[in-house]
Parts: sequence; C-alpha cells; structure tokens
Amino acid sequence: MKATLVLDNGMRFEGTAFGSEKPAVGEVVFCTAMTGYPESLTDAAYAGQLLVLTYPLVGNYGVPSHEVKELGLEKFFESNKMQVSGLIVTDYSVEYSHWNAAETLDAWMKREGVPGITGVDTRAITKAIRDNGVMGGQIIIGDAQPSTLNAQPYDAIDQVANVTCTEPITYGEGAKKVVVVDCGVKYSLIRNLVARGLEVVRVPYNYDFSAMAYDAVVVTTGPGNPALYGDTVANIRKAMETGKPILGIGLGNQLLGLAAGAQVEKLKFGHRGANQPTRLADTNSCYITNQNIGYAVMASTLPAGWKVLFTNLNDGAVDGIRHEEKPWLGTQFAPEACSRGFRKDNLMDDFVNLI
Amino acid sequence: MEKKFNKVLLLGSGALKIGEAGEFDYSGSQALKALREEGISTVLINPNIATVQTSEGVADKIYFLPVTPFFVEKVIEKERPDGILLAFGGQTALNCGVKLYESGVLEKYNVQVLGTPVQAIIDTEDRELFNRKLEEIDVKIIKSEAVENIEDARAAAERLGYPVIIRAAYALGGLGSGFCDNEEELNKLAEKAFSFSPQVLVEKSLKGWKEIEYEVVRDAYDNCITVCNMENFDPLGIHTGESIVVAPTQTLTASECNKLRELAIRIVRHVGIVGECNVQFAFDTESEDYRVIEVNARLSRSSALASKATGFPLAFVAAKIGCGYGLFELKNSVTKDTAAFFEPAIDYIVCKIPRWDLGKFRGVDREIGSAMKSVGEVMSIGRTFEEVIQKGLRMIGQGMHGFVENKELEIADIDKALREPTDKRIFVISKAMRAGYTIDQIHELTKIDRWFLQKLQNIMNTSKELHACKGVAEVPAELLRKAKVQGFTDFQVSRAVGLEEQLGVDEGLMAVRNRRKELGITPVVKQIDTLAGEYPAQTNYLYLTYAGTEHDIEFARDDKSIIVLGSGAYRIGSSVEFDWCGVQALNTIRKEGYRSVMINYNPETVSTDYDMCDRLFFDELTFERVMDVIELECPMGVIVSTGGQIPNNLAMSLDRMGVRLLGTQAKYIDNAEDRDKFSAMLDRIGVDQPEWSALTSMDDINAFIDKVGFPVLVRPSYVLSGAAMNVCSNQEELERFLNLAANVSKKHPVVVSRFIENAKEVEMDAVAKDGEIIAYAISEHIEFAGVHSGDATIQFPPQKLYVETMRRIKRISRKIAKELNISGPFNIQFLARDNDIKVIECNLRASRSFPFVSKVLKINFIELATKIMLGLPVEKPAKNLFDLDYVGIKASQFSFNRLQKADPVLGVDMASTGEVGCIGDDTSVAVLESMLSVGQRIPEKNILLSTGSAKQKAAMLDAAKLLQSKGYKLFATGGTSRYLTENGVENTLVYWPSEEGMQPQALDMLHRKEIDMVVNLPKNLTTGELSNGYKIRRAAVDLNIPLLTNARLAEAFINAFCGLTASDIPIKSWDEFK
Repeated sequence: MKATLVLDNGMRFEGTAFGSEKPAVGEVVFCTAMTGYPESLTDAAYAGQLLVLTYPLVGNYGVPSHEVKELGLEKFFESNKMQVSGLIVTDYSVEYSHWNAAETLDAWMKREGVPGITGVDTRAITKAIRDNGVMGGQIIIGDAQPSTLNAQPYDAIDQVANVTCTEPITYGEGAKKVVVVDCGVKYSLIRNLVARGLEVVRVPYNYDFSAMAYDAVVVTTGPGNPALYGDTVANIRKAMETGKPILGIGLGNQLLGLAAGAQVEKLKFGHRGANQPTRLADTNSCYITNQNIGYAVMASTLPAGWKVLFTNLNDGAVDGIRHEEKPWLGTQFAPEACSRGFRKDNLMDDFVNLI
Repeated sequence: MEKKFNKVLLLGSGALKIGEAGEFDYSGSQALKALREEGISTVLINPNIATVQTSEGVADKIYFLPVTPFFVEKVIEKERPDGILLAFGGQTALNCGVKLYESGVLEKYNVQVLGTPVQAIIDTEDRELFNRKLEEIDVKIIKSEAVENIEDARAAAERLGYPVIIRAAYALGGLGSGFCDNEEELNKLAEKAFSFSPQVLVEKSLKGWKEIEYEVVRDAYDNCITVCNMENFDPLGIHTGESIVVAPTQTLTASECNKLRELAIRIVRHVGIVGECNVQFAFDTESEDYRVIEVNARLSRSSALASKATGFPLAFVAAKIGCGYGLFELKNSVTKDTAAFFEPAIDYIVCKIPRWDLGKFRGVDREIGSAMKSVGEVMSIGRTFEEVIQKGLRMIGQGMHGFVENKELEIADIDKALREPTDKRIFVISKAMRAGYTIDQIHELTKIDRWFLQKLQNIMNTSKELHACKGVAEVPAELLRKAKVQGFTDFQVSRAVGLEEQLGVDEGLMAVRNRRKELGITPVVKQIDTLAGEYPAQTNYLYLTYAGTEHDIEFARDDKSIIVLGSGAYRIGSSVEFDWCGVQALNTIRKEGYRSVMINYNPETVSTDYDMCDRLFFDELTFERVMDVIELECPMGVIVSTGGQIPNNLAMSLDRMGVRLLGTQAKYIDNAEDRDKFSAMLDRIGVDQPEWSALTSMDDINAFIDKVGFPVLVRPSYVLSGAAMNVCSNQEELERFLNLAANVSKKHPVVVSRFIENAKEVEMDAVAKDGEIIAYAISEHIEFAGVHSGDATIQFPPQKLYVETMRRIKRISRKIAKELNISGPFNIQFLARDNDIKVIECNLRASRSFPFVSKVLKINFIELATKIMLGLPVEKPAKNLFDLDYVGIKASQFSFNRLQKADPVLGVDMASTGEVGCIGDDTSVAVLESMLSVGQRIPEKNILLSTGSAKQKAAMLDAAKLLQSKGYKLFATGGTSRYLTENGVENTLVYWPSEEGMQPQALDMLHRKEIDMVVNLPKNLTTGELSNGYKIRRAAVDLNIPLLTNARLAEAFINAFCGLTASDIPIKSWDEFK
C-alpha cells in the first residue's frame, strides 16, 4: 500500500505503508540515533510527533517481548505504549533476527495503531527540517487526500496531559523518597533511581506534591511546549521553597528554567539523537549525550544565582543549568538513558549524593 | 595551546604486505598534515617509495630506510627530533618503537612519544599484562594462556579444552595463528607461531560468536568518544581482515551497543590511550555476554575503514591529540563548524569486503580463518544492505557482478563449502540459495546471522522475479526500481531478463539503461556529513544510491571539473603506486585551477580522502557508475591513465559514449591493448617482438613450438586453477600445465610465445605530448626475464646496460609514442640480449614504477603528464637519468609467510604484495637498504645453498666463494655440494627431505634454527624437484628464515652484504641526494 508524508510546506514524500494503515498528523522531527527504535518509539517526549529516523535500516532486530517486566514496568521499553504518531524510514526490514525479539516492528505498530512509511528519502526530509525548522505534517495512506482540517499546531497542544500518569504510583523501597514529576517519564529513569536504593513516587505532571514527605524531586522529560505547563512550574517553585534537591531532565530542565525565572526558546530543529556533544561549564570535560528536546533555556535570561551547567558543542545551546548554591540542576539529556549511557553515570551520582 | 614540539619523527610501515597495507599511507599522511598545520617540522622514515606520504611536500625530511631499531636510531642521532609518532605505521612502527623504548634509545636522545605512552602499548600487546589489566576493571577476556614452549602450549590446550586458537604475540594480522581441534594440529601450528614470537597464546575458541569492533578516541583530558562500531558478517573464527564487515552494527540492539561502547571506553581509559584505539569484542548470539578479543593501541586497518566509513579523520585527530589538543578544541573536518568531540551519526550503511588473490599462488590453502590472507579491500556505501553487498562484490574486481547473475561456480559439496569458508563463500551462499537451501540451513552451516542471510535472500528473490521477465520491457517499473535499490546493475538486469544472451553484453546493458532512464529510475548523489543531515557538510564526500529521491549537491556543469578514475582495490599487481599517481593528478588539476573529481572505492587510500579533491565519489568504477557520474557532473574531461588497468579498460566503452578522455585517444589505447593490433603495428614500424601466436588446439601449439623451440611462455585465456601463465621448458611440462590448469579450445585460445632465456628486462617509463616524448626513465631489472616485472628488483638509472641498448630503446620508444600519438604517461617493457631489443608489452597509462622513477629522478612524471592531458604547455625537463650520481633500487615485498602452503617461488605471474625503493650512492648500498627493508636479514653464520641447474650453479659460484671468504659456513644439498667441492668451496653436505634416513637433514637444521639464510633456486618444474625444493622453501618461510630463490638477486644481495655492513650505510635523506 502506498503511503505519503506531506509536510506543511507542501513537500511530499511517497513510500510504502507498514504498521497501521491509518492516517496520522503531527510535528515532523528527525532523530539521528542509529539504534534503539523500541526505546524511541515509546519515549513520551515524541508524543504528538511524526518521527523520521535518519538511520535507513530499521526493524533489523525486531521488537522484544512486552511481557518481561521489572518493577511492574515493561523491561525493554520506555513506556507502556507507542508514543509517536507515525514513523518514517528508508528501508524497513521485513524480517528480523535477534535472540531477544518476540515480534516484528510492523506487527507491534499495527497493534498500537501507529502508521509507518518505508522507502522514502529520509535524508531529504531531514534536510528540509534542518533548513525550514520543524513543521507539521501528515501521513496519508493510499490515494487519500491530505486532511484539509487544519490540525491544531503541536505547540498549542497540552501534549503532556496525554502521556502523564493519572495518579501517584510508588516504585521500590528506600530510606529516601524521590518525587518524579511525570511529564512523560521514561521507565529507564525509574529503574535507575530504584536501583540506587531510592523510593520513587511518580506523580502526574500537574500534581501538587507539596504536602507529601519527600527528599528530592525529579522533573522528567516529555513532549510539547514548556510554556503550557504553568502548574508544573508552580509546583517546582513550591519545591524550591523547601530547598530540597531538584533535577530537571529534558522538558523538566526547561520547566526548571522557567521556575527559576529564565526564558525558554524553541530550537529550530531540536536535539534528537544519541550523539549530542556537550561540555561541562568551566572544565575541559565533554560528554556524548542522548537528547530528545525541542526547546532550550536561553542563557541570557538566567536570573542571578543560576549558571549554565552544560553547553552544546554543536550549536551552543544551553544543555543544562544549575543553581550556584542550592542543589538544583537540570540537563537537556538523559543521565539515565539506556540508549547511550552517560559517562560513568556521574551526574546521576552527583544528584543522588545531594539527597 | 602552547607548542610542545619542534621536530617530530614519524615511523612508516614500510612495504605493503598482507596485514599491513595502504591504510598506513593514509594514516601517516594525515598525521603529517596535522603536524604541519602546527608548524612542527616532520621527519619520516619509510622505504615505501610508492606512497603518497613519501612525496614532496608531505614531510620535511624523508628517509627511504628500513623501519628497524638500527636505522631509526641512526636517524634520531642525526635529526635529533624531540618527539616521535609510533601509532601511524602499523605493527612495524609500533614494534620498532617499543624496542627503541626498551633499549633506552628514546630516553638517550630525549625523544618523547606523542600520544599513547609506550607502557600502555606494551600493556595491550603483551597478552598476560593485558588480561591482568582488564581483570582489574572487571572486563571479560577470552580465557587464554601465554606460553613460551610447545610443552606448555600442549598443557594449556588440555586445560582449556579443544578447540583452541593459537596466536603469536606481537604479530600483525594474526600472523602465525590458527585453530586447532586436536594436539596434532596444535604441535604444527605452535612451532610456526614460535618462529615469529617468543610468546604464544593458547586460547579457548569462541567460533560462531559475533565479532564487533569499536573505534575509540581519547584525549589527554580524558574525553572519550566512540567514532564507529562495526559488525562482522562472518562470525568469529575468521580474522577481521578476512571478514566482510558492515558499519554501523546491524543486528545489535541499543542496549547491546551501549554495553559494548561503555566497555570500550572503560578499557581505553584504564589502559591510558591518548589518541586512537581499536577494541574488538566477541559477542554471544543468545545473550549479552561478551569477551574482549584484543585492543590495538594504534591506527589500524579498522581505523582507516572507520575514518572512511564516517568521515571522521581518526589519524588526523589522533595526531592533534598527540600534540596536546582536547577533542573539543578541534573542529569537525566535514562541517568545519561543529566540534570534533562528537560521535558520527551515520545515515547509510557501509560494507567492507576483502580482496584475495589466492589464485596467484601455487599450492596455497584457500580456506580462510584466523590468519589474514587478503591483499586488499573495498568499501561500498549505500542505503540498503542489499545495495552495499552487491556494490562491494563488484568492487573486489574478481569478475563478479554482484550477489547474483554471476558465472556459475563449480562446487562439489555445497554443505562443506559453506561450513569451511574459503574466499568464495559468499558466492557459495548464492549458489545454495539458488539450489533451494533455506536461511536456517545456511545459518546452521555458516553461523552467519540470519538477518544478513534474509537480506541476501531478498536479492535472490528479486533475481528470480527478473528471471521470470523476458526482456526489459516486461519488467514492471516497480520491480526495476526495487532491483536498483537492491544494488542490481544494468548488466545484472540485462542478464536476468535474457537481454545479454539476445543482444550481447554492451547492447544488453544499454537497453536496460535506456529503459530505466525513460522510467526516471536514476541514482541520486548523497553526501557523507558525519551528522546524518543535522548540520550541513562543507566537504564533498559523496556516494550514489537508488534509495533516495534528491541529490545533496548541485552540479555546476561549467566545463571546469575533471574526473580522475582511481585504481580500485589493492591487489597483486595494482596497489599504492596507482594511488600515488591518482593523487598527483588530483593535485595538478587543482593547482591548474580546475576542480578535481575522484571516483574510487578503496578505503586504504589517500585518493579517497575527501580533502584531496573537490569532489570524491566513493563509488564503483564500473562503466555504469562512471557514466552516471559523468552525466551528472558533465566534466571537461576524464583521466583514465593514472589508475592502473581498471580505468584503462573503461577507455573504449567511455569513448563510445562520446566521453572526452584526456590524453591519448581511446583507439590508440586499444591498439596497444589488443595483442593483434599491437603486433601488427610493431611489424609495420619495424620493431621486433618475441614470436607469439594465439592457438586453439594442441596440434597448433606443438607446430608453433616446433618452429620457435622451448622454452615457451604459455598464457591460457581460460584458467581452471593456479597460475594464469607459465613458462614451459619441455613437452612434459607443457602438457601437464595445459591439462591441469587450462582449457584449450576455439573459445579459449592459448597465447604461446617464445621465451628468451637469460635476457635482460628493461622498462621505459615516459610521458609524451602529441606523440613526442617529453620525459623518460629507463630502468633495468636485476633478475633475468622470466620474473614478473612486478616482482623483479629494479635499478634506476640502469647500471649494467650497454649505451647502445639504451639508445635503441629510446629510438623504439620514440617510434611507438609517435605511432600511437601518445599524450600522457606510458610504459614499455623490453627484452634485451646483447643489443638485440624486443618489445614485450606497452601500456598507455602510468605504470607501477612511475612513483619510483619520479622520486629518484625528482621529476614528477604524473604532474607533467597531467599538464599535458589538460592541454597546458610543458617544457622538457632539463635533466635526465644520465645526470644522477646515485642509484635507486626498487625491491619487492612478498607475503608468503601468510599464504599457507603456497610455494614461495617467483615466476611470470606476479606474487609480491608490495615494494620498497631505496636510494644509495652506489648499487651495493641501495641493494642492501632495499633488501633489509623488505625483511631480509644479513645472515650471521650458516647459509644453506641449493643452486639449481648447472648454469645457475655456475652463476652462483663467485657469490659462494665470496661468502666463504667472509667466514660464512656453507651447507649445500647433493648436486650443489658436489659442484662447490669440485670448485674448491668448502661446504657441508646436507640431505633433501626425499633422502630419508640420511643425516644431516636440511629440514631438521631449519627447524633447529641452525640456518640463517636459504638460497634455493628451483631448477625446473619436475615433480621431485618440486617437492624437495618446495619443502625447504616453505620451511624457510614458515620458520621466518630469509629465503632467496633467484640467482641474480641472491648474487646482488650477497655481494652487497659481503662488501659492506649495515653501519656502512650513510644515513641520507631524500633531499640530500642531489
């Protein structure tokens, strides 16, 4: 079956459908990671987006079993459902080979109702996004016409509402308790915190946890426009009043920046990949990081008492911020990411030591 | 950053050999460029005169001397560098550097090692230290035991349990290693391994696991990146140099990649690498279990591949790190904007395929395994696996058209051929699929991951779909597009749909080409940008693919670009010398204000460095692909004469398409290439040639031989096995050769020519303009004709040619140049006996010896030729070979030690894998330098002589006397011993292997290491002689004892080392020869 990606600027890319044969609408973004599609597709930070994978061969090692669980969470995924609205690749591998695979990517996408296109020039799409900035687009199946109903723009939608948990959930046990504000949490974060002997309480993104007893707060990665999440920012400000450690990751970092009083900008095409180079401020130490963000804190707007912690070596964007005295820090990347480990996990260690 | 070094010495890797080839020319050139940028003065030691790094303007001082501690110390003493680079010249440079460090030479002269400290190198090279080191950081290693004698090896194998693998420590490319299933095999292999190294490792075999490599860079600030990971198509058990390799990994999950990446970085940090490092893993197929196989603390073949695969210039960056830079302080060389601290994101797949030349060797073992035998490699780039594997299989240049549509292989037992891999295994897989084997069956037999096999099956399925169509019009557009996306060529399609049969090769593929263009199915040009499109690239490192719809670049079509066709995979007969030629052409084109465009696909070369030209198309040199590029680029012209035979062979077909070839016209190239036309031309202009005839029956052959007499040179056009040509001295040999090795028929004629004995072979390398010679170099072989010119030792200027011979050669060359209206480079080979001159061959392209003569004469023949081809005015150089007060010797490097069972003799078919060129004030100095550079050693005491036929014995008598007078103790086999005794040369009689029970046995002495040099001259090809001589020669090679098999060369070498010692050799850099 024919499938076409139509960008809002009118560019069309025709390929073959796989996965679900349903049309889809979303913001078109590209990710340059060469492996990790089961993790990426379940990363809530991609909610509402049509994901272009720049690596052309996809599906090679199939999809692992959803039955294997740890802490009640699916072990091989980042959330309990496919978060992307659609997937665009160059060469979908119909057959797979891997000892840990249970099904094909196609079968999984069909079950989740997510459409895919294969056989398109993903490099051409990537360049279009690079040059024009991210834009909306839709996947149409067969000879259907593009939807003329102008879908609401990505930035105007409360994307997090669709991915956050509905009520607090507790994972693990420990002397110290960490509140994880779920803006679209990745399971690997929860696993990582529990493995460090912490009790994790995952709360909805707009949940007022100020009445809870806790030792630290982590605001997670997630999708969408940080400007829409005033409740979360207000909750972070409340947490600041306690002086307890706060870690913001990805969207959480941007919300931490807003809570601090800084401004946030939308990057032209974001940072999405496993190879984002970043440098720790005032040092010669550099790190390869895994990022999936569309916005960044603007360095010039950081209020007194706050500093840039990391700077992206590619485009100079702020990759992390910290407070000069208080134990508050944020990064655009995932210190816990399993796709591509952070060096020695030392940032996570630092944070845990603060607790 | 403050400058720490003023003068840095770089050690090269010497001659190309199996396991150490062109990749180190690339690495070294990059390092030298990096140092130059820093204003550091550079000194290079590398006897490989054909390399780009030994060209003018790359290093400040160049020494064409052996890379051995002795000579390197001399150069250090003279040049007094404050730094040294050991990681850019392969295992040769590394081993030499470690020795200099251990003997205190580096300390004595206060020379600092840039980059990875020597102790870290030692920690990675010594297996036991290495294992201990990794255990400290909880990294799993393959259980192995280091042993120092055979008894301990046996005990270790017992403890570990068979199968085990044997490896010699400190050896390159798996030299002296192999699998042993039982004690008998272990005994044999261990002895050989001990001859290369005092330490041998016995390790548990993990045959069947995946093999994964990581390239890691670390700077002095402890910042680490993994630039590339690679996965072997062939499972563990086949040396990575023998494996088909893809990058990035294809069958590993993110979690697995992440694990190995973290391990690789942990290792590199712990060992203390500063620069580049390669980590090889064995990876389980059923879990995330792994073992570290080895770590190479230097630039390697894999790092060159990774550089080309990603666009990340590893050697360049490693050299900068050695100077003290942090990765974040360097720029990404492709984007020129983002930092060099990054991990490339690839949005394509590359595939490396080794190139073997096992057919060139008599008796060689064709199985591939843990030791390297391949002589070169190719890299293909595309956006589907099917595309890259098919491209790659064409690129290796062994007559294959891809995975399918090849000439049917004759395989008696497919199961066995799948189970026991040879150089042809991938084609056996094709055959098995065609025969209906399932993926599971093939997987069981080969252990190749099913994913790769599924992809190969896709190709087979498409082939079957095409076969169902009759003619190209019947092929649906979608199927045709699918075939192209899967890497099918127009030819493959043409053959599959029956057009080849109907219209012939050329017409068939043109019909497909035209049809798909009508349908709008054309390839697009994509750019390698290191960041998968995230940031724009400033360089033009390009490939073509059908899995895309948009070009990444624009085409100016302004008549200002010139395409140079490269030389393809290194193989016996075509290697780094043509890379040098290509690079010189590119340089000249740029200098003259044109844009240079290169098409080539060999990752080991400098010409495929995107810095060397304005546009690099890293792609095939097939007619189809070259035409694709030409149609897009619309160049001013195309140069086919600097890349050896591959581009030369394209001349006619490109010309037919109306492509403008620069230089000599295609019809004249054809006149030189076509034996009949060339012969007729020589007759017409009155130039002599050895009598020859193309014959189609045994009777005709016999009639011809009745006329010219034995010996004859026999060249079958269809070879069944073994060497492609042979000299036959009598009827028995002739019949044996033709019966065993070749088909004689109307379809497959045999070219028989008169073989002239004891004739000198002389080469003319020259450049002409409109038929007039502008510059020339005449050089002389030391060996008599009968040794392939690629194997011969060549002296330039000639030292023993009659003036009259030279005059005649010049005169004939002028006639030929005029007749063929040559504009550009050419080479003519002559036979000279007395002053009787005959032409053997003429090539209207640069030859193997162009870099050698250009560098000795200090006139860049290619620069001159390129200017001529561009139509620019040139002047005849003021000097010529008669003005030189020094001698250059080009000697050949053989890799018989890696080619198990191959008979190490020289013949009319080329067998050497590389060469060196050394310059001396006289012949003896140059001979000694060059022979030491190709691994010969001056013997200490005992020499074993078997000097062949009566004539050869006589020829060697003076040399034997000389040896005796210098106090050498001579041992000789039967006839030689008798002859020497009769002529008053003292010697000890030793016995041939066939003389069982007699003592002392020559072989025993070799095994006991009592012989320091073997001179064994094969008399003829009779069976007894073959087996006796073969056993001695093979033992010498396997036991690493210097071996000479040619009387003239043996004599020259003996004269040289009897006349002077190594310390008599003056240490002079290239520029000191004036």
